[in-house]
Amino acid sequence: MSNWLMAGLLFTPLALATTSLLLNFRQGRALAWLGMVLQLLVSVGLRGLVKQEGGFYYSLAGWDAPLGIELRVDGLAVTFLLLTTLVASGCGIHAGIYLKPDKPWQRYFWPLYWFLWAGLNTVWIGGDLFNLYVGLELISLAAVGLVALGGQAEALRAALRYLLAALLGSMAYLLGVALIYGQFGTLSLAEVAHQVRLMDQAELMRPALVLMLVGLALKTALFPLHGWLPPAHGIAKSPVSALLSALVVKASFYIAARIWLEAGEVVATQWMAQLIGALGAAAVIWGSWLAWCQPRLKQVVAYSSVAQIGYLFLLFPLTFGVDASTSLQAQQGITLQVISHALAKSAMFLAAGNLILAVGNNRVDALAGVSHFLPFSLFSFGLAGVSLMGLPPSGGFAAKWMLLQASMASGQWWWILVLVGGGLLSAAYVFRIYRASFLERDEKDHFYHPDRRLEVVAMLLAVASLGLGLAGSQVLSVMALPFEEVQ
Amino acid sequence: MTQLVLIPILALLSSMLAAVIIFALPEQRHRLRTGINLLAALIKVVLVGVMTWGVIHQLDYGLSYEILPGVSFELQADALAMMFAGLSAVLWLLTTIYAVGYLEDSPNRSRFFGFFSLCVASTMGIALAGNLFTFFLFYEMLTLSTYPLVVHRGTEKALQAGRNYIIYTLSGGAALLLGMIWLQGLAGDLSFQETGQLVDLNEELHPQLIMIFVLLVAGLGVKAALFPLHGWLPQAMVAPAPVSALLHAVAVVKAGAFGIVRVVYDLYGIEFAALLGVLEPLGWLAAFTIIYGSVRALAQTDLKRRLAFSTVSQVSYIVLGTAVFGPVGTVGGLVHLLHQGIMKITLFFCAGNYAETLGIHKIHELNGAGKRMPLTSTAFTLAAFGMIGVPPLAGFITKWTLGTGALNVQMEWVIGVLLISSLLNAAYFLPVIHRLWFQPEYDWSEQRRWGKLETHSWLLWPPLVTAVLTLLVGLFAALPFSPLSWAKLIAAREYLP
Repeated sequence: MSNWLMAGLLFTPLALATTSLLLNFRQGRALAWLGMVLQLLVSVGLRGLVKQEGGFYYSLAGWDAPLGIELRVDGLAVTFLLLTTLVASGCGIHAGIYLKPDKPWQRYFWPLYWFLWAGLNTVWIGGDLFNLYVGLELISLAAVGLVALGGQAEALRAALRYLLAALLGSMAYLLGVALIYGQFGTLSLAEVAHQVRLMDQAELMRPALVLMLVGLALKTALFPLHGWLPPAHGIAKSPVSALLSALVVKASFYIAARIWLEAGEVVATQWMAQLIGALGAAAVIWGSWLAWCQPRLKQVVAYSSVAQIGYLFLLFPLTFGVDASTSLQAQQGITLQVISHALAKSAMFLAAGNLILAVGNNRVDALAGVSHFLPFSLFSFGLAGVSLMGLPPSGGFAAKWMLLQASMASGQWWWILVLVGGGLLSAAYVFRIYRASFLERDEKDHFYHPDRRLEVVAMLLAVASLGLGLAGSQVLSVMALPFEEVQ
Repeated sequence: MTQLVLIPILALLSSMLAAVIIFALPEQRHRLRTGINLLAALIKVVLVGVMTWGVIHQLDYGLSYEILPGVSFELQADALAMMFAGLSAVLWLLTTIYAVGYLEDSPNRSRFFGFFSLCVASTMGIALAGNLFTFFLFYEMLTLSTYPLVVHRGTEKALQAGRNYIIYTLSGGAALLLGMIWLQGLAGDLSFQETGQLVDLNEELHPQLIMIFVLLVAGLGVKAALFPLHGWLPQAMVAPAPVSALLHAVAVVKAGAFGIVRVVYDLYGIEFAALLGVLEPLGWLAAFTIIYGSVRALAQTDLKRRLAFSTVSQVSYIVLGTAVFGPVGTVGGLVHLLHQGIMKITLFFCAGNYAETLGIHKIHELNGAGKRMPLTSTAFTLAAFGMIGVPPLAGFITKWTLGTGALNVQMEWVIGVLLISSLLNAAYFLPVIHRLWFQPEYDWSEQRRWGKLETHSWLLWPPLVTAVLTLLVGLFAALPFSPLSWAKLIAAREYLP
């Protein structure tokens, strides 16, 4: 059973990617629908398997570590696989309708889309550092290609900048990995963590950790390394922006978090943890402020990503030097933040795309009258905004609540101020959009009304991000599925 | 037993589902929308009635499930909850009728009634919330669902009011959240419980508990329009009249006052709060707000703004009653939760009628309106007399009980506050009444006529009903099920035996 599922998980996206290279946009779209159904079946199947038999290590093609490719399927990985299926399918369905098939370059969307998906799956279940790197590279290259899709000068410029940042990040990460391999002769994350704990002077590994974290932070667009993100996410086609903001930046963060939770406690210092947290806090404030200043709708949403990513990095101080239950609270909070941001941000980018389609341009002040004539599109945007502001009952609030609890329990009250203040700041930029759309200037409906299906996709994702707030415990229970240490 | 879980959920869902259906309906389906709205409102009244019956018979309505590790989503119907739920259910029905008449032929009705229903669903959730966390969920939902109503007209001015409303209420929400998380850290997830929950905490924690109290009351005080957090309320007057009615009588302001009552009685416990010494400052703040609101009301020339400042003043009676330690004072505060709602909604309905029928916004334009609109003006007069505290109307009952309660516990200054405030109430309401009945008719340029009646019948009935209620709850205050008896029932359960 597990063989079939793993094969389905890793090889169908790759197979679909190569096949759709040969197809035109419409054929690629038909194939993509099939692929989405397959991914759904596989990820639900894996959840069932892990629930029944516990998480497991899996060696690809029977080659064991340290030679082979080691995969680790646990509750957290399953959570993210399910999330990916949900969000990527939503974006894929939206893209299939949103992108015009008549442009010749559009057919490259599907191969890139599936390469991206393959990379994401690899990262979620990757068990060794090199394998994670491969997944990350696959994601980065596909993402850069997707940004460049469309070929205007501005898009190309943004894509090039993105590529540069991604490569720099990869280099730093790879250097760290090389240092580790030199020390331990293995790349299996579990094995490395085990050995580090046995070392007398674990702080010798600090340079490697710092290199890897810096590289991953650059790829995740942590302040002050976020400069590449807003142009890239702002200029890309809306479904692409949605994919990038919702999933791609989370992949590099996921690796950083995995490394930190395995080895951070012994290698890093309190000072490092607090510094990373402080950068996250700065990202929250700076990103929200810039989001508030942006005249263009998609830039607002893109800068909001910079701010929301900042919250994720509170994981580092909140899991360092605290007791196990507080650390667990922080991890649960961050997981909820990843999920709710993925759902809300994809919904928001898709809704923004619909609004831009309707209004005809990207400016915030062109939205006047939208609430009267296009209530449905605005509503999905609005619901996603509720989650971003962290207001109840939404996934964003659930995440914030868990993080607040963890900050309280660990006595790091300053993060409470960041969390609560950050919510108010994000309310400022979200309500700016509402305000612009509630203004009523003239009585005529001069808007283009987009395809209803486009709006439904955005709405479903937004509702999911909201519903997460009422089902937080249920979602977290997937993450907590047992893992059998078979190593 | 399942009905005990089902009924509170249904009471929430009745308006929640109505909202979803209304949003989904096309804008032109006015009749269907009105039908669904009224049906949902009626169902809610019935459900709340059933629950009230159950609460008297000591049935335990409620449910609780873990929503996040460490906290639960908890609904419970106790006597206090039913007081607020009953108020909002009955007034929602009337306000819906009124709003249908008021907004006839205006745009964006689908959006309006959708958010209107959401707003009432949130209010119901606030009433039934079984712990602070659940309360907060619905409290913030209320903020979000009222925003589109405040900015409904889409004018620059409305949007500006909406902006201020959001700044005030979200900051209040943030203060509340801070207090909540702090309390959660100290004491864990606490259900609301009669006689309170925090007595058993270590004495070293008392200073922290006082600071938490300040944060919670500051957060709730924004919605309750306690001085100096009341600035949003007069500005929100640009909203349509049914929204003002909702803000002032049914939902927003009441949610804040109700929250303060919950925190004092069912979280801290009145006796413990008195021990901490937080009640007296709260009482002084409420007293100041009462006088301040009345003085500001005097100076207003716009009818709705005068009523708004009057709300600032009147809602603080509830807080004052909460802060007066002693069962009779408690009764006075609680009963005003209902009385203020009934009287204020009458006044706003009437103000809306004047604006819609005669185009009246300023007070001096009311001259002689009594002859042109006798029924509306009678309702207005009754409610205004009630506010002043003329016996045997609702407001008199409140003031009498509050005064006796204060005397019982040697807080004579409260009597002074009541006297001054009543004089001020008279000073800003009597001239209005005088203008209505005894001045020559003003020349209204924007008059509209609706058949035989003085105004649209859907606009006329709701204020008449609530005006009669103002009289009845005062006259029959001693009967069972009157607000006063219900408040006594609650007070009997709040004090340690």
